[in-house]
Amino acid sequence: MANATIFDAAVIGGGVVGAAVACGLLGAGLSTCILDEGDVAHRASRGNFALIWVQSKGLGMARYGSWTRASADAWADFAADLRAETGIDVAHQRPGGFSLCLSEEELEKRRGALTRMHNQPGWIPYDWEVLDRPALMREFPDLGPEVVGGLYCPLDGHVNSLRLFRALHAAFKARGGAYFPERPVTSIAPLSAGGFRIETPKGAIEAGKLVLAAGIANARLAPMVGLVAPVRPQRGQILVTEKTAPFLRHPVITVRQTDEGGVMIGDSAEEAGLDERIGLGVLSVMADRAMRMFPRIAALNVVRTWAALRVMSQDGFPIYDRSESAPGAFIATCHSGVTLAAAHERLLAPMIARGALDADMAPFSARRFDVPQAA
Amino acid sequence: MFRRLPDPPARRIAFTLDGVAVEGMDGDSVAAALLALGHTACRETAVSGAPRGPYCMMGVCFDCLVVIDGIGNRQGCLVPLTEGMAVETQHGRREVGR
Repeated sequence: MANATIFDAAVIGGGVVGAAVACGLLGAGLSTCILDEGDVAHRASRGNFALIWVQSKGLGMARYGSWTRASADAWADFAADLRAETGIDVAHQRPGGFSLCLSEEELEKRRGALTRMHNQPGWIPYDWEVLDRPALMREFPDLGPEVVGGLYCPLDGHVNSLRLFRALHAAFKARGGAYFPERPVTSIAPLSAGGFRIETPKGAIEAGKLVLAAGIANARLAPMVGLVAPVRPQRGQILVTEKTAPFLRHPVITVRQTDEGGVMIGDSAEEAGLDERIGLGVLSVMADRAMRMFPRIAALNVVRTWAALRVMSQDGFPIYDRSESAPGAFIATCHSGVTLAAAHERLLAPMIARGALDADMAPFSARRFDVPQAA
Repeated sequence: MFRRLPDPPARRIAFTLDGVAVEGMDGDSVAAALLALGHTACRETAVSGAPRGPYCMMGVCFDCLVVIDGIGNRQGCLVPLTEGMAVETQHGRREVGR
């Protein structure tokens, strides 16, 4: 292809992160395209657990706590706007979320972590509670006998993330975005006059601004524009049961009932490279813990299990950066694309459209990894 | 819609469908017996309530779900019909414990 198509902005990666940023860029008036892989993409967006989760986010980086909270706070309007624009109800709910503990030791560990998190300098406080068993019983009358206590945060919620994914792409199309599947990016060249030429096996694109939102592939793409993204895949496995009448009003960090009635059981974490296979060992531990929390789950049939790959940085926090050497290039990478979708569309994308990240985004720069190893 | 093959007659199996006494043949799955009776819609979906009936007859489509002897969401095509079975329409989501 001799003449490349030219856009104000190109987003590499069409998952929930890329699509949310791309929708925001269109909203800011930039002509925008998404360069995506095809059905073979690892696509964490199709495998995630769909929590919009605040209560455990930010130990080690206070700014991640406030960023997560800002997104969770923006979610209700975000969902309403998506519905108005696309007709798709993403089933956003914010009833508050629980973490349930099966031993005093587990409870103490979680309580300690949250106490340290809320005591950090710069932390913006919000409500959370430690609940003993009698308090939990009021919320969950048929709680399993081994549950000793738990944590509650009113800011937590959940969503139907498959419909979110579809709604974002529908909104992207409705706003006039150009979606190009089957375009794995092979090279990116900054142009002398500004902007970028992006090569794919199906031709080249030119764009004034570039956003890398390609998940695990960001590690390969970032150095092409003077950025770094030390991210690795971390496998998570999930089970889902048959659809059943509603019995679980609140999401629990490892168990939630979807708007359509299925019970999802999740939250495993394994270092397994790009291996997306499931394993009965991990699945059976997850199922066992879920049944000990809610014995009625034992009567349900599991209809599907799967694994997906989280996009993890070394410290687990997102990376948002602008390239020093090619200032039109930005990167956005995280493992909580659903929780952060509202922030990506409403807060991050406008910064990228303006050409610079706000000063309070500095903690997310990958420069935080530039610390020499102690001898 | 469905007719039985001209096999040698098998033993008749009495069961109930939504409380009504009906018959199938020995060797039928629950789903096959329902189809042979002309009962093609055995459930209403959990999300939209649309009527559905047995489709793949080999355990993968989950469209033949019925309540059998009080237990919901059973795959009718995978359960052999037995004497005295109580088969009921699956209305929407299964209630846990039923």
